[in-house]
Amino acid sequence: MPDLEQAAMESREKSHAEVRHFMRFTRAQRYLHAALFSSFLGLAATGLPLRFSESIWARGLAKAVGGFGAILFFHKFCALVLTVAFLIHLKEIVTRGIIHREKGIFWGATSMVANWKDVKDLFGHIRWFLGLGPKPKFDRYAYWEKFDYWAVFWGMIVIGFSGYAMWFAPFFARFLPGWALNAVLVIHSEEGLLAILFIFSIHFVNTHLRPDSFPMDMVVFTGVESEEEFKTKRPLEYERLKAQGKLEGRIAEAPGIWQINFSKVVGFTAIVIGLVLLVLTLSAYLRE
Amino acid sequence: MKTASSIALALGALLAVAAPRAAWTETDCLSCHADASLQDATGKSVGVDAHTFGASIHGSLKCGDCHATIKEYPHPDQITPVKCESCHADQAAGLAGSVHSVKAEHPCTSCHGDAHAIFPKDDARSAVYPLNVPRTCGACHGNDAMAKKHGLPNVYPLYIDSIHGFALSKEGLLVAANCQSCHGSHHILSHKDPLSPTYKTNIPKTCGSCHAGITANYMNGVHGKAVAAGDLKAPVCSDCHTAHAILQPTADAFRMQSTPICGSCHKDKLSTYRDTFHSQLGSLGGYVETARCWDCHGAHDVLPASDPRSPVAKANLVATCGRCHAGANLSFVQYQPHANARNRKLNPALYFVRLFMNLLLAGTLGFFVIHTILWLIRSRYDQIKKKSTEGDKNA
Repeated sequence: MPDLEQAAMESREKSHAEVRHFMRFTRAQRYLHAALFSSFLGLAATGLPLRFSESIWARGLAKAVGGFGAILFFHKFCALVLTVAFLIHLKEIVTRGIIHREKGIFWGATSMVANWKDVKDLFGHIRWFLGLGPKPKFDRYAYWEKFDYWAVFWGMIVIGFSGYAMWFAPFFARFLPGWALNAVLVIHSEEGLLAILFIFSIHFVNTHLRPDSFPMDMVVFTGVESEEEFKTKRPLEYERLKAQGKLEGRIAEAPGIWQINFSKVVGFTAIVIGLVLLVLTLSAYLRE
Repeated sequence: MKTASSIALALGALLAVAAPRAAWTETDCLSCHADASLQDATGKSVGVDAHTFGASIHGSLKCGDCHATIKEYPHPDQITPVKCESCHADQAAGLAGSVHSVKAEHPCTSCHGDAHAIFPKDDARSAVYPLNVPRTCGACHGNDAMAKKHGLPNVYPLYIDSIHGFALSKEGLLVAANCQSCHGSHHILSHKDPLSPTYKTNIPKTCGSCHAGITANYMNGVHGKAVAAGDLKAPVCSDCHTAHAILQPTADAFRMQSTPICGSCHKDKLSTYRDTFHSQLGSLGGYVETARCWDCHGAHDVLPASDPRSPVAKANLVATCGRCHAGANLSFVQYQPHANARNRKLNPALYFVRLFMNLLLAGTLGFFVIHTILWLIRSRYDQIKKKSTEGDKNA
């Protein structure tokens, strides 16, 4: 099959002529998301046994990987990966938004920053849930996607800072009061719990498991989506690009079969790990 | 060479003849009892090995000294049992008042072995030689059925795997504590008896007969003082170290098992300790060096924080925390290893931090769970409606 696929590469435009695909995420953005979710899964899998250290599965897991020494090592390793990913993202924002003065980074329809339309969309969306109004038309980033983004952004700062404060406690104690060393553990574990519960339930369902995207939205893995998906999910962006005559500039190659299969394997693995962790977390949390 | 060997030969021959002669002249008895296969009416062996007996601690005695009721030959089949107490009155009196007082179940020979082969307790052939004591006691106290019958724990395997048992059986240390070092020998009393060396308040003294330095430290601490004042709730050596299965205190297993022991009395402290990183790390094993109770509070001479000698006294905290946390300073040691985020009065800042985090968690999840459920229902509804209209078109 891969050979056939490669042979068909040249004639792909013809064979996929009816279904146009559009670029949504760049390769760098997809890699960053991959780094983000793999390190997050690692952090969750190694952080949860700590948070629920009295539970049987936590002890079993700790024993299986070589005790807590190994768990802590892996947790810190994932933390460093995530920190680097976060810094790369910050650098990109600063370069694009401040140095190159690219429009649409800090404000406007393509920005991640919330605006008045997001508030109206939220209420409009809820009215639509209840059958009280039409479905709002979303732009490049819908309000729940912006919330996901800022939740992760805030979460990384809060969890990262409190984590490093514990890792280098004597250093942080030079400028933090003593009680803050107690507080950072509470903050780290509660915020971590929130992130885990949110990502593994709300983000999974909103982005991947809801009927419109079920079983998985592949766009973050392949970077492209079909014209129909683009038009129904993000009508405002589609119409704006069309009006500006920029739509053709976003046309991209349809993803290869290997790319789709690879994305499926990676994506489903992540979702399954996440759901298992979610069940373990809820069972331990409710038993506390 | 020739001279030396012939002298040795002559000496040997002399000894061979002299030993039984000196120890035992009553060849009349031996003319029958020297036969090792000789049995009495009940099938019990009544053979006597004259050589062994001659070398034993009773080798200088005559048969009649112990078998005093036999005056003539042939003697009756049923003879009166030997009364060891006729010589060993003190030991017999001790035994009579002990847990082993039922004589039928605990004849002298049950510990001292074959009556005609009793050796002094510093002789390696003796059943009560220090290195043989655990095996001798274990003949009964390593027996599950016996333990169950008397409601006692089966202590022999616990002891033999303990630091004392290891020192004794593997290293062959005569100074290693064996059963009788703690329990005594003839006058063994229940640990419930205030006169017993294993009675709670006597335990520090009993252990202190070897561990003198530790006991002196212990007696200076709050636990030792409380026990000395008659407080039976305060722990003695065996409460933390256990009685028989005593582990090397630096061993992982001991570090893992002992925090709950402290916590069985200090319940509130254990619960707040459990909330901390020290405990979370420690619970998972493989990382046993995280601070346990005694790493900060001291093990034997535990003192209140108000005592300037205590490692947890304010002035000593930088040094105490600094043992693990290099670079600990005055601000660092304000960390509370027993903070209670649920207690608003004791830890207000922490209480409100936790409250805020919980509200954030509950608020965010609560809102989005409702949002997502409504969304799911609506999307599914639209999907079904769309399918049915498509179906209508097709029809």
